[in-house]
Amino acid sequence: MPAVRIIPCLDVNDGRIVKGVRFVSLRDAGDPAEQARLYEAHGADELTMLDVSATAEARSASLATVRALRRELSIPLTVGGGVRCVETAGALLDAGADKVAVNSAAALDSSLIDRLAARFGNQCIVLAIDAAAMGRGRWRVAIRSGRERTDLDAVAWSAEAESRGAGEILLTSIDRDGTLLGYDLPLVRAVREVIALPIIASGGAANPAHMVEAVHAGADAVLAASIFHDGTYRVSDVKAALAAADIPVREPNP
Amino acid sequence: MPAEVVIVRTGTANLASVIAAFERLGEAARITDDPSEVADATRLVLPGVGTLAAAMASLRERRLVEVLRDRLRDGRPALAICLGLQLLCEGSAESPGERGLCIVPTFAERFTGVRTPHMGWSRVGAIGGTPGGFAYFAHSYRLTDAPPGWNVSRADHGGAFVGAMFRGAILACQFHPELSGAWGAALLRGWLSMKGGE
Repeated sequence: MPAVRIIPCLDVNDGRIVKGVRFVSLRDAGDPAEQARLYEAHGADELTMLDVSATAEARSASLATVRALRRELSIPLTVGGGVRCVETAGALLDAGADKVAVNSAAALDSSLIDRLAARFGNQCIVLAIDAAAMGRGRWRVAIRSGRERTDLDAVAWSAEAESRGAGEILLTSIDRDGTLLGYDLPLVRAVREVIALPIIASGGAANPAHMVEAVHAGADAVLAASIFHDGTYRVSDVKAALAAADIPVREPNP
Repeated sequence: MPAEVVIVRTGTANLASVIAAFERLGEAARITDDPSEVADATRLVLPGVGTLAAAMASLRERRLVEVLRDRLRDGRPALAICLGLQLLCEGSAESPGERGLCIVPTFAERFTGVRTPHMGWSRVGAIGGTPGGFAYFAHSYRLTDAPPGWNVSRADHGGAFVGAMFRGAILACQFHPELSGAWGAALLRGWLSMKGGE
């Protein structure tokens, strides 16, 4: 198996990094390009930028941020947030994203996944699922930054996304996001049961031990924002913990 | 003054990462779909994502198929990336009935029994003067056998496959050197130092 990927996430609004708790009460955490450079130096295997902007003006600022990140980064860059059509995805890829993450728009019209995969290839398409726990081992898909619940079952949706051509699943527990309580492991296990695609676990990581747990539950990659932004841990700390648990990691410096 | 890098517009690839990688190495890179510029390119890059059929259709539409075949056989430096490697071949199970550029007598097959796409960092062996390291892959099809006359650097995902193949100043990578961190940059620097010519 490939090395487990450690993916810091930049939540960007109007060209600045923000980080919310349970998707609200955003606080400013810095300049994206500067932060990205640090993350790569610390051994990040990939970077995800989520554009949380609400306005068109802020979105074009974020496009400039994608260009700035691309100049800086020699690791893969995934960009998501507000991707509603093939044209938006194309603009992000042209600006320097290597993959696009699609979420609400795909949940509302699943054929968007087919169209994106046909145009850009499966490896370019990350389906982001915001899963809300309903109890008894069930999760619903939430959309619009967690503000709305759909009727979609998150596990079934991941399988449908695979058959429609998604290349990987970014699986976020909205109950855990920003809480530092650890990933929703039953969610990761449930999705792992039904798909062969890579899974990126997201939402709730407070420490490297949480990341080890997510990998044992079936994640191929782990994403986190708060613990890296706040400097609580570096990517290299996480890699050391994974390596100590006999999980393969990339040594960033050859 | 090193020669300018010319990137072929295959129509399906996201080229920003490739250009940025060369710029970080202080090398200007430009994109073209002009057959005469492809023919004259001192350093040619053949990128590609998506399907072999889509990329070949795009090359045909731009009248680049014959000129690329000739240019790739003339011994001057060339770099094929990801789908670009598979375009050098006779075809891929991904696009049944479609022929590639047929420079290399081999065929790409889909991974079986493992996580697919193979997405992430896997170790590859030494490539010419560049020692082995971790490379970033994002693909579902791969070559399993070393084509005759080519040096091969292997990677593993449920069994060995061709991570890169090289001959003279032609380097074809199944992975993305432009996304493979400092190791990828070192590999690109090595390719930029190749003189080529047979």
